[in-house]
Parts: sequence; C-alpha cells; structure tokens
Amino acid sequence: MSETGALPLEAIQSEAEPEPKRVHPAWMTLRRLFRHRLFVTGLILFGIIAFMAAAAPWITDINPNRLSMRNKFLPPGGDFVLGTDNFGRSLWSRVVWGARLSVIIGISVVALNAVFGTLIGALAGYFRRLDNLLMRINDALMAFPAILLAIGVTAMLGPSTANVIIALGIVYVPRTARIVRSSVIVLREMEYVQAAIAAGAGHWRILRHHILPNAMAPMIVQLSFLFAYAVLSEATLSFLGLGAVPPTPTWGNIMAEGRDFMRDAPWIIAIPGVTLMITVLGLNMLGDGLRDVLDPRLRIQQ
Amino acid sequence: MLGVALRRIASAIPVLLIVSLITFGMMRLIPGDPAAAIAGLSATPDQVAQIRINLGLDQPFLVQFVRWYGGLLQGDLGRSLLMGKGVVEVTLERLPVTLALSAYALVLTLLIGLLAGIVAALRQNSVVDQFAMMFAMIGISVPSFFLGLLMIIVFSVHLGWLPTGGYIPLTENPWGWFLTSTMPAISLALLQAGLLARITRSTMLEVLRQDYIRTARAKGLPARQVVFKHALANALIPITTVVGIIISLLISGAVVTETLFSLPGIGGLLTQAVLNRDYPMVQGGLLLVTAFLVLINIGIDMLYAFLDPRVRYE
Repeated sequence: MSETGALPLEAIQSEAEPEPKRVHPAWMTLRRLFRHRLFVTGLILFGIIAFMAAAAPWITDINPNRLSMRNKFLPPGGDFVLGTDNFGRSLWSRVVWGARLSVIIGISVVALNAVFGTLIGALAGYFRRLDNLLMRINDALMAFPAILLAIGVTAMLGPSTANVIIALGIVYVPRTARIVRSSVIVLREMEYVQAAIAAGAGHWRILRHHILPNAMAPMIVQLSFLFAYAVLSEATLSFLGLGAVPPTPTWGNIMAEGRDFMRDAPWIIAIPGVTLMITVLGLNMLGDGLRDVLDPRLRIQQ
Repeated sequence: MLGVALRRIASAIPVLLIVSLITFGMMRLIPGDPAAAIAGLSATPDQVAQIRINLGLDQPFLVQFVRWYGGLLQGDLGRSLLMGKGVVEVTLERLPVTLALSAYALVLTLLIGLLAGIVAALRQNSVVDQFAMMFAMIGISVPSFFLGLLMIIVFSVHLGWLPTGGYIPLTENPWGWFLTSTMPAISLALLQAGLLARITRSTMLEVLRQDYIRTARAKGLPARQVVFKHALANALIPITTVVGIIISLLISGAVVTETLFSLPGIGGLLTQAVLNRDYPMVQGGLLLVTAFLVLINIGIDMLYAFLDPRVRYE
C-alpha cells in the first residue's frame, strides 16, 4: 500500500491506546521529501519563480508596459537589470509580471484538475454504470493532440487569460480523471472498503473517507507535472499569438515580440526563455521527488 | 491476431464518433455569432449574412448536424475560408511535410532516447547515468520553441550554417530538405527523447532484475548477449506503446515548430487558420489529425500484440 499515511490511520489512532512516541505520518513523509535532493532543488527553483510572482508589485519599480523609446534595446546590466526591449520596456518588470501570470494560470489549471479530475475519476471508478460513458468521452478528449485541442478551443473562445485556463482545463482534466479512476478501481475492491460497505456506510462516506484519501498520492504527483505542462502550454499559446493579448507581459508574448530582433538583441528572447525553463525544470524535479516519496511503485531513480 | 485487430477497431469507433461530435460542437463555443466573428468588425450585414449561408449557419441545428455527418461520410469537411479549397484537400496537400518532419524527429528521438536510456540503465548510478538523466530532465523542461529560437540565433544568424526557415521538399532535393529540416527536427525531438530516455531506463532496470536475466548470467552467457538478446528484447515491448504517445506529441509539437521555421505543414496551416478565424479549417484539420492518430495507435497496438504473445490470449 502507499506509504503516505493516508490509510485510515486517524480511525485507528482514535481508538487505540495513545502511544507517546508516535510521529504523525505526514511528518515522516515531509522529512523524507526534504531529504530528497531532486525535490529540494526543484522546490528552490520553483520557489524563486513563485516568489517573483507573489512579490511582483514590490520587486519591480517600473510599470511593465511603460514605453521609453530613449531606452530601447539596452542590454542587461546598467540602469535596467535585465535590459530593455524594442519599446524600451524594462525586461525585469515584464518577466516578473509574466511570472505572476504563469503562476496564476498554473494554479488555476491545477485547481480545475483537482476538482473536476477527482470528481469525474471517482464517479467513473466507483460507479460501474457511469464508467463506460465517462471514459468514452475521456478517451475521445485524450485522442486529440494536447496542444492542438488547446489551440482549437482558444481559437473558438477568443484569446484571453481566462480562455487559456478553460482550454487547458479541457485538455488536461481527462488525463487527471483517468489517473484517479485507476486508483479508485483498485481501492474499491480492497477489503477495508468491502468492510465499510458491509458495515452500512453510504457511497459518499466510503468515497470521502476510505477511497479518496488513498487515491491522493498519484494525483498529487500528477498535479505537480500538470503545473509544468500548464505553464509550458500557456507560453506556447501566447508565443503563437493565442494567449493573453499583447502588451500583456507573458513570457510567450515577450519571446514572440523579441523574434524580430534576435540578431541584435537576443536577450529579449533569452531572458523569458531561461525563466520559463527554470520554472518547468523546477516543477519537473518537484514532481519526480514527490513521485519517489509518495508513490514508490513508479519511481525512476532506483 | 485478427481478433485483436477487430476488437481494437471496434473500440476506436465510439472514440471517433465522440471526437467528431466534439469538433462539430466546437463552432458553438464561439461567443456570439460565428459569421460576424469571421467577417470581422468592418463587414457589412450583407457580408455577414453571406458567410452565414456559406457555412450553413442559417439552417436549423438538426440540419447542420445531419449535414456535418453526411459530409463526413462522403469525406467532405467543408471548405477552408482562407484557402478557398476543400478542407480535406488542403490537409492532404500539407500532410507530407508534417509526416516527413515527424518521421525525422521520431528517428532522432528513438536514437537518442533509447541509447541514453539503455546506457543509463546498464551503468546505473554511475556518472554516465547521472549525466544521461540530467540531459533527459533538461530535455523535458526546455520549451521546443525556445530551443528552436536558440538554434536559429546560433546556427543561422551567427554561424550561417543552416537556413532560418523555409522548406524544400524531400522529393525535389533531399540535401536541401535535410538542411531545412534538421533544426526543426532537433527542436521537436528533444522533449520526446528526454521522455523516452527516462522510460527506457526504468523499464530496462525492471527487466534486468528479473529471474531469467540472473539465470542467463549464471549459466555463463556473455554480458553482451544477456543485454541484447534477453533484456533489451523484452524491455522494448512495453516501450512500443510509448511510441504512440510520442507520435501524438510530435504532431502536437509540429504546430509550434512549423510556425517557428515557416514550414508549410499541417501545424503551420492550423496556426494560420486559427489566427485568420478560418473555423471550418480548424474544425476539419483537428478532426483529420486526431483520426489519423487514432489509426496510428491501432497500428501500434497490433504491433504490440504481435511482439507480445501474452496480449493475444487475454
């Protein structure tokens, strides 16, 4: 079984004799996570970006959209830490505000997946009758190439941040639902769940107290990778001109605008590009670490 | 074998039906009047009305629905507003470019990914392993358009070795094709190569721990024979299913890569269609590409059944 401590330990604890030296399983998991080098590195990398996103108004003093033709194409260093673009806008400001948008989109897509992915996956896995219908729709949505479907949906809805979130939700919720469903199917047949049914527990109670807590580990792992996909897909969409409308500072927008000047001002592309890479790298490392600790059956680094 | 094929095709039919329903419904996601959205802000009411008639949007919902499926069965997915030609025709014209690029990228993916994964597994926890896995981690984290832009800056702008974009068909001039396709293929392949290296490594490690590998070693077979004949042959079977996912990712990635390098493939076509509000093209192109991928996946599942006899008897 999973070692997350998500087994119905609470139930056991409340009824068993209190043991003085007992460490809460969540603490043990945390301790193992913080000993995992990849996880810690990922946490630091992503932490930097998350800090930039959260503190954007306080760590930038220039409006990311303020034009200043006198200062255009300034290389990094000097008055502008990361240089300026073709309109003399501060790249530091633009990249930091871009981080804020990327993180908002990442969190929103993850939240959509956590809610709807769990709901659909749990319904399909637990109620056999719904399984066929829900999974056929799921399979169809997963048959579309991910970015193409996102492009198609944003094309129809129109380019905006909210629509990017909706499109990425439609693309990734089926993938999350499938993962939740496969854990639920296994858990439903476990003896302790059968015991709960025999004891007369209702469906809602069984799902909430006995099945979902144990299905969390693979989903948390999935959500951390999903955050990375969401940030990457958003950058791709806005690079193609399908994300938030310029001059909104998104990493994809900055890179798309920098394309025409890549010969003489390659930093306009390189700075948001490297920031995007650090974000995705951090999240992927975080995900690998979480998987190794929470879901040992799937570990790669053996 | 035939049973596997029939079962697999039967299970693909509902998927394709729902895929076509979703693409049909996509037009309805457009807020407001699609005809007005296509015509743009400066259009006269007459122009909007004309577009509405051309797209059949003036008909009742049920009629549109029947027409869509009627057309589908006859291989007619409407006309591209931008190209003025049938959607199917335009897609088939552009398909070879995307296929050639994807095939090139797939070869690179398999070469790099399998090699890195196998070497890493055989030298587990060594420097080589750590280096290969670091490469794979970076591979799955670098956005392909960023890698493409970096390569353009280095190899085209500064070194002048390769063209920044454009396309020469393989059939006209293979060397020209090679020059125009190499940077796109590399930028497209890196992500997949990283994924494949990680999966290959873990699959190989799992196989190497099996009892029959220990037996083969114990009876004194040379290491090379154990690795290639016993371990690799069995590790490759689960990896074939990954190839289906990789092909889907390649076609997805081609959208960005083709736009970046101005290649006249399906990806570039769809991006143009989207930016120009050519909705029938978006709808039809998406449906065709997805149907194509479903077929490829059926092929891969059959290959899997062919390679692994256990699947056939399930």
